[in-house]
Amino acid sequence: MPKILSVVEHAYAGTLEEQDDTVLWITHMIKNAGAEMSALLRGNATNYAVRGQDASGLRFGAAGLAVPPTIDKDIEALVGKGVTVYAVREDMEQRGIKPGDLVAGVTPVGKTDIARLFDESDMVWHW
Amino acid sequence: MSDKTITLSLMDPPYDSETTTTALRIAEAALDKGISVNVFAYEGAVMLTMKAQQAHPNPVKGTTVEDQQHPTTSGFVGALFEKAAGDVQFQWINCGLCVDERGAADWIDGPKRGGPGDFYKWTQESTNTLVIGTR
Repeated sequence: MPKILSVVEHAYAGTLEEQDDTVLWITHMIKNAGAEMSALLRGNATNYAVRGQDASGLRFGAAGLAVPPTIDKDIEALVGKGVTVYAVREDMEQRGIKPGDLVAGVTPVGKTDIARLFDESDMVWHW
Repeated sequence: MSDKTITLSLMDPPYDSETTTTALRIAEAALDKGISVNVFAYEGAVMLTMKAQQAHPNPVKGTTVEDQQHPTTSGFVGALFEKAAGDVQFQWINCGLCVDERGAADWIDGPKRGGPGDFYKWTQESTNTLVIGTR
C-alpha cells in the first residue's frame, strides 16, 4: 500500500461555503478508500489544528449557515482514523500557536524534518 | 435609489475562497445601513449565482443532505436580493463573456447579463468601489 503525504498550505479557502477544508476532506476520503495517508499542515494551515475554533453565525438575510465548519474536529477525526497529522513548528511559532493549543494527536515537526517526511512517502501531494 | 451606493467587483468562483463570503457580508452590512449595492461578477464569480447548485451529504461525516444543510452561494446571493427593499437596491451583473465561456447562463432570479462597461458605469455612479480580485 503506497504511503501518501498530503501537504495542506492554502488555508481557510472556501471553508465556510464548503463546511470543511477540501484538502482535509479528500485526504479523509482517500484514507477511507484504503490508502495509507498522512497530512502535513504548513503555513496558515497550521491553524487548522488549533482547538476551539468557532465559525458559527454566518447569515445573509434569511439564509444562514446552519452547520458551520469545525476544522479542529475534522483534524481529530483524521487522527482517529489513523492519519498521522504533522504541523510545521516554525510556522506555528510565527503565528503564536503553541503545541498545547493543538488538538490531541497532532505532531509538530521542524522544517528540517520535512525532507525526511517526503523521503518516507511514496507520493507527496502538495495541494 | 438610496443616496449612497457601493459597487463591488468579485472574481473568485464559489467554494474556493473566503473572500466572496467576506464580500457578501460587506454587501449585507451596506444594505442594513440603507446603502444600495451593485455587484459585478467577473470570471469565475459568474458561477456564484448558478441555479443548479445543490446541497449534498458529507460521506466523511456520514451525514445526509438534511443533516448537513450544505449552503449554496446562489442561496446566499438570493437572500440578499430578497433582503433589498424599497429605495435600497441590490443589483448583480454577470460578465456575459465570462458566462459564455463557462456555459454558466442558468442563474437564480435577480442577476442580469452585462459587461465591463456596466461595471465602469457603476463605478462612476457609486459612492465608492471595492475590487476584490483572485489571489
